[in-house]
Amino acid sequence: MIRALGWVLRRDLLLAFRRRGDVVNALVFFVIVVSLFPLGVGPEASQLRNMAPGVLWVAALLACMLSLARLFAPDHQDGTLEQMLLAGEPLVVLVMGKVIAHWLMSGLPLVLIAPLLGLQFDLPGDALVVLCVSLLIGTPVLSLIGAVGAALTLGLRGSGVLVALLVLPLFVPVLIFGAGSVGATAAGTGAEAHLLLLGGFLALALVLAPWASAAALRIAME
Amino acid sequence: MSKSDTFSWFHFSSPQTFYPLAGTLQPWFAALAFLLCAVGLYIGFFVAPTDAQQGESYRIIFIHVPAAWMSMFLYLVMGFWSGIGLVLNTRLSSMMATALAPTGALFTFIALWTGALWGKPTWGTWWVWDARLTSELILLFLYIGFMALQAAIDDQRRADKAGAVLALVGVINIPIIYFSVQWWSTLHQGASVNMKSAPTMATTMLVGMLIMALGFWMYGIAATLARVRCVILERERHTDWVAAEIGRQT
Repeated sequence: MIRALGWVLRRDLLLAFRRRGDVVNALVFFVIVVSLFPLGVGPEASQLRNMAPGVLWVAALLACMLSLARLFAPDHQDGTLEQMLLAGEPLVVLVMGKVIAHWLMSGLPLVLIAPLLGLQFDLPGDALVVLCVSLLIGTPVLSLIGAVGAALTLGLRGSGVLVALLVLPLFVPVLIFGAGSVGATAAGTGAEAHLLLLGGFLALALVLAPWASAAALRIAME
Repeated sequence: MSKSDTFSWFHFSSPQTFYPLAGTLQPWFAALAFLLCAVGLYIGFFVAPTDAQQGESYRIIFIHVPAAWMSMFLYLVMGFWSGIGLVLNTRLSSMMATALAPTGALFTFIALWTGALWGKPTWGTWWVWDARLTSELILLFLYIGFMALQAAIDDQRRADKAGAVLALVGVINIPIIYFSVQWWSTLHQGASVNMKSAPTMATTMLVGMLIMALGFWMYGIAATLARVRCVILERERHTDWVAAEIGRQT
């Protein structure tokens, strides 16, 4: 099982590496969206500091959602997904591998570049650390929940808009506590409670989301 | 299912047998809904005393609170039928879930709308990003997502099952958004409203509200039954009994 997981992970990472543009595009999208806000609302530093957690988190949500289209659709088109369903290994494990690969390609780069963008918004050092930690815990949850939405909308017309409709409401708790943790640090109340709740979401999503995704994939491929 | 005379609930799990049953029950629930809502509104608007703090504007809770209750409750019922449909693969369960969603969305919308109308005179604003309001808004999005997903899938079996998976995922979200009132107010100090700190209600107010809730419940059942009859006719249109039924009605 672990070997199957590793196999899917390696395959997806290799595919992504061969087509680096997709990964870079999502990252550039994230940077551009975040950079638009100071231009839109004005460059006043105190205002930007207040907005930064929310803006960064919403942009992360959107970037993650955009990359969901690549999670199952290419494999669906070239028939790999059917082979995965037929394979002897449990589908949940294969889905888990794909989700981990998706997070490594779409979530992790955001975590790494977020401090730089935080500096643009004049965030203080401790808030930057909390921002990174909250993104580190929160973005895997986004990938896990997003996988369910991507599997449900697999192969449908207008699936891009539909996946946003399904997945964004489910992202809300992550957004609230993710952005809340940075805000709480800035307000001086400490981010621990928010981060622990994010960890709780991660644990819950890890347990439930792969099963829901696998069930949705089976429904889609029937 | 029931070969002998022994009565079985599964007798009605087939669309063909449920269709006439729903047709028989529906007017009764509709009448009950009308009656209960009339009594509840009368108590709410004419019998219940004026609130000492909020004046007359509080009376909107006779619609607001029952609608909010029903919006959550109907989602759970929808999740229940979705789960049954997914596990037992019964067509009627999925039809029930499909029929419940618009009514649930309607109640959610009413709860939000009346809440805004109440908020303006009481808090001085139409909308506050309070945990309760936000959670109710998410509920509305969940209903809309469910309906949009089912509408986007042409294959009926896949639409039923995909909708069911989504509804069940949303059910997990319901306790999260429901209890966020407590979680959020402990994290965010000075949340603007707390439903629990409302002054203890006069008995007539509580009675009026409960009657309204029952009335809304009956309305939910009546509307769902009426809608599920349409869904049954639409999906079973290739069968002989539907052709006979339509021939009989026209």
